[in-house]
Amino acid sequence: MSTTVLPTYDDAVARYEPVIGLETHVELGTNTKMFCGCPTEFGAEPNTQTCPVCLGLPGALPVANRAGIEATIRIGLALNCDIAEWCRMARKNYFYPDMPKNFQTSQYDEPLCVDGYVDVDVDGETFRIEIERVHLEEDTGKSLHVGGATGRIHGATESLVDYNRAGIPLVEIVTKPVTGLGARAPEVARAYVTELRDIIRSLDVSDVRMEQGSLRCDVNTSLNKPGEEWGTRTEAKNVNSLRSVERAVRSEIIRQSGILDAGGSILQETRHFQEDTGDTRPGRSKETATDYRYFPEPDLVPIAPDPAWVAELKAALPEKPSVKRARLREEWGISEVDMQSVANAGAVELIEETIAAGASPAGARKWWMGELARRANETGVELAAVGASPAQVAQLQALVDEGKINDKLARQVLEGVVAGEGDPAQVMSARGLEVVSDTGALQAAVDEAIAANPDVAAKIRDGKVAAAGALVGAVMKTTRGQADAKTVRELILARLS
Amino acid sequence: MSDVTKMTAVQIAGLIASGEASAVEVATAHLDRIAAVDERVHAFLHVDREGALAAAAEVDAKRSRGEELGPLAGVPVAVKDVIATRGVPTTAASKILEGWKPPYDATIVERLRAAGTVSLGKTNMDEFAMGSSTEYSAYGPTNNPWDLGRIPGGSGGGSAASLAAYEAPLAIGTDTGGSIRQPGAVTGTVGAKPTYGGTSRYGLIAFSSSLDTPGPCARTVEDAALLHAAIAGHDPRDSTSIPQPVPDVVAAARRGATGDLTGVKLGLVKEFSGEGAEAGVTAAFRESVEALVKLGAEVVEISCPHFEYALPAYYLIAPSEASSNLARFDSVRYGLRVGDDGNRSLEEVMSLTREAGFGPEVKRRIILGTYALSSGYYDAYYGQAQKVRTLITRDFTKAFEQVDVLISPTTPFVAFPFGSRTSDPYQMYLADLYTIPTNLYGGPAISVPCGLSEGLPVGLQVMAPTMADDRMYRVAAALESAVGTFTPPEL
Ligand SMILES: [Zn+2]
Repeated sequence: MSTTVLPTYDDAVARYEPVIGLETHVELGTNTKMFCGCPTEFGAEPNTQTCPVCLGLPGALPVANRAGIEATIRIGLALNCDIAEWCRMARKNYFYPDMPKNFQTSQYDEPLCVDGYVDVDVDGETFRIEIERVHLEEDTGKSLHVGGATGRIHGATESLVDYNRAGIPLVEIVTKPVTGLGARAPEVARAYVTELRDIIRSLDVSDVRMEQGSLRCDVNTSLNKPGEEWGTRTEAKNVNSLRSVERAVRSEIIRQSGILDAGGSILQETRHFQEDTGDTRPGRSKETATDYRYFPEPDLVPIAPDPAWVAELKAALPEKPSVKRARLREEWGISEVDMQSVANAGAVELIEETIAAGASPAGARKWWMGELARRANETGVELAAVGASPAQVAQLQALVDEGKINDKLARQVLEGVVAGEGDPAQVMSARGLEVVSDTGALQAAVDEAIAANPDVAAKIRDGKVAAAGALVGAVMKTTRGQADAKTVRELILARLS
Repeated sequence: MSDVTKMTAVQIAGLIASGEASAVEVATAHLDRIAAVDERVHAFLHVDREGALAAAAEVDAKRSRGEELGPLAGVPVAVKDVIATRGVPTTAASKILEGWKPPYDATIVERLRAAGTVSLGKTNMDEFAMGSSTEYSAYGPTNNPWDLGRIPGGSGGGSAASLAAYEAPLAIGTDTGGSIRQPGAVTGTVGAKPTYGGTSRYGLIAFSSSLDTPGPCARTVEDAALLHAAIAGHDPRDSTSIPQPVPDVVAAARRGATGDLTGVKLGLVKEFSGEGAEAGVTAAFRESVEALVKLGAEVVEISCPHFEYALPAYYLIAPSEASSNLARFDSVRYGLRVGDDGNRSLEEVMSLTREAGFGPEVKRRIILGTYALSSGYYDAYYGQAQKVRTLITRDFTKAFEQVDVLISPTTPFVAFPFGSRTSDPYQMYLADLYTIPTNLYGGPAISVPCGLSEGLPVGLQVMAPTMADDRMYRVAAALESAVGTFTPPEL
């Protein structure tokens, strides 16, 4: 393989048609696990969120969590799927120590939701991604291998298993193979996962955070020459960010093209995406294909959602993120590019709520996309968790609009708000940041500045009004920035006219 | 006071309620009986003397406080070792679970405690309930009190034998293909398999999830009905539990005991009424049918053409589910661990553990089930078996359009000598020929002693529609009133 010369991406897509497919796992944010009453909080002490059911103790039985079924149906509906009137869970049998029963309760040939689609926009062009199925399953525990150098099982002296995650509901969303994308395949893949994330976030059923693993993506890629049959596909796992989705498809297209160009053939395999290099490496190859021996889970009654209930859920679906974005873009009067960055920053709802609390669209967007986005970025938290609420941001902007503080002071007020010192008005008075608008006090400062700068004063008197800036600066300095610059300027000009 | 161990549960409860005997005295008498005879019978894998006396003392304290006692308060009960009991060893008669003490109670165990019954301990069985003789217990077989050289039936041979040996007046069994009824038949005791979903499976170590049904074992039909009523009813922890009221089985048993079956239509399963059964079994069964007719019942012959496929279908479905259910016994979290010397891989330790921990019949069924579910074979085996299951259900549904209950012998042969059927699995499987169709259908069925064949008990099976458990109790109690109960020779 070392002799393979990698083509450029452009060359690769000029010769081959990529076909992609995406399997996405979404960890649902239900309060309790899928088949028992254990809590699902992230980061608890190992094995503290377990019971006989999720530990698979002999005799324990699962009971389905209605909230998990409801969330799955809502995801299916939001992805334009048909909802099964009757379906069953299935057992996927294989031995693995982080799986307490040595089978995963999943779905096989009777998924809860089928045949949907998602439309995604890439640079003004719409691509329809067809959804094959949306099904419900349970998560596994986590293995921890200690005593070795790599944290992998090889070389480890001990393996520990944490079953806190075992039994947390997972929804798997599988696309049909997507063809005809050509060179756009990587971008479309990314846009699809982004849209999926936004849709699921709008449903409030998961926090869909790729970096925490609540949204996981496997990317299938194959290449074929135009007019020929589809090639052998590979599956890239460990794709943990939106950017990685795009990079994984791109690197697979280049890698496979190199092999095909050299007359080689693609091995059907699972590969692991490498965040540092941006390419994929082969996973642990299995000697034999696993036969999961699926069969309907006899411990659970079939799921037969009442059509009236499904209709209710459908009617209550929130506005689709794409529709909402178009509407808000119109209302806020911003460009598509700006709207995209608002969406990418996770600021749509925050800005919307800030506007609802009384701020202007421009004002609301300024704070969330400026100062607060910067802080969120610096501290590595989600924008929503940055420490300021939409109501507080609206109040801050109102103080600016009323002339009580200027932008510079507002940033200091915001700092206080984020630090938990209270609402903007409280921070303003507590820190003594209010603009000095008492003209009596200002007049004295203005007179002092004129007296201290006779040359400048003379220029202004001669009609060089632009020189007033220097005096404004001097006044702002003596008032420690708490004066309204516009008022100061007016006072100076009045005195020297 | 005469020997309480010979009394029925109803009589014992009466003594305790009236204060003629304390629950502790009753428990002690049974524990003493176990100490005296169980070395020969081996019905128990674990006797919980301490727990039993504590539970009995609690009943006595309740009574002395004037609190109301249920109809089974203070009555001892033996529990099949496949049911999880908190802090009390639960092994399913397998080496792979040797010493395992569950951290939780099965729903049935909770209900037994709420009813004030006194658990004496855990009874022997075929490993993971796979067998018809208890010869597949990893801890040695149970001996039939009627003839210690013969099998007590299985898988619940320990529960049935504990009744026949007067070690307990009541016992809990589980029935996947006949494991309550066939031991009942060959020990001259009563065993009832409730409607699937009528009794909770939560805490029952699964063999075949879609078939397993816990149920009551007793020496009389009325006792069985009382135990049935105590443990049955919807359990939100079992998804397959039926959220409906339990039919009044106790009233039905008492009504049947009056000996009047006027207006009751019995269906004689044509396919099960002659061929294949021992002559003595057929004879005892025919005499019982005549007795039922004398009580006023109308008897018609009913053909259930698909019953002949029940056995093969069962031996695909049950092992398939078992192969998956038993996958959890892998040495990682609990139970036996073999070969973990720090050098072997996890896979090797799992394999060595399962090799050492499972007995031959369990391995046979795991292999059978794994094969039947394999890709490429699924449709031909598991899929086909499910179709047969549907057809058998249809046979039952059609039959119950014409008759109230179906009757047949419980098992084709009386208790057989140890070792006579272990060399050929099929010969062993035939023991459940008549009981398996009901499990595939999901309805209730009861085995009631109906006579003797060469000195060994024969059972008659009454099968009823799902959630009509009361019907079978009425017919069984009526037969009992006509033919009486059967007492084994003194041990
Ligand atoms: Zn749990």
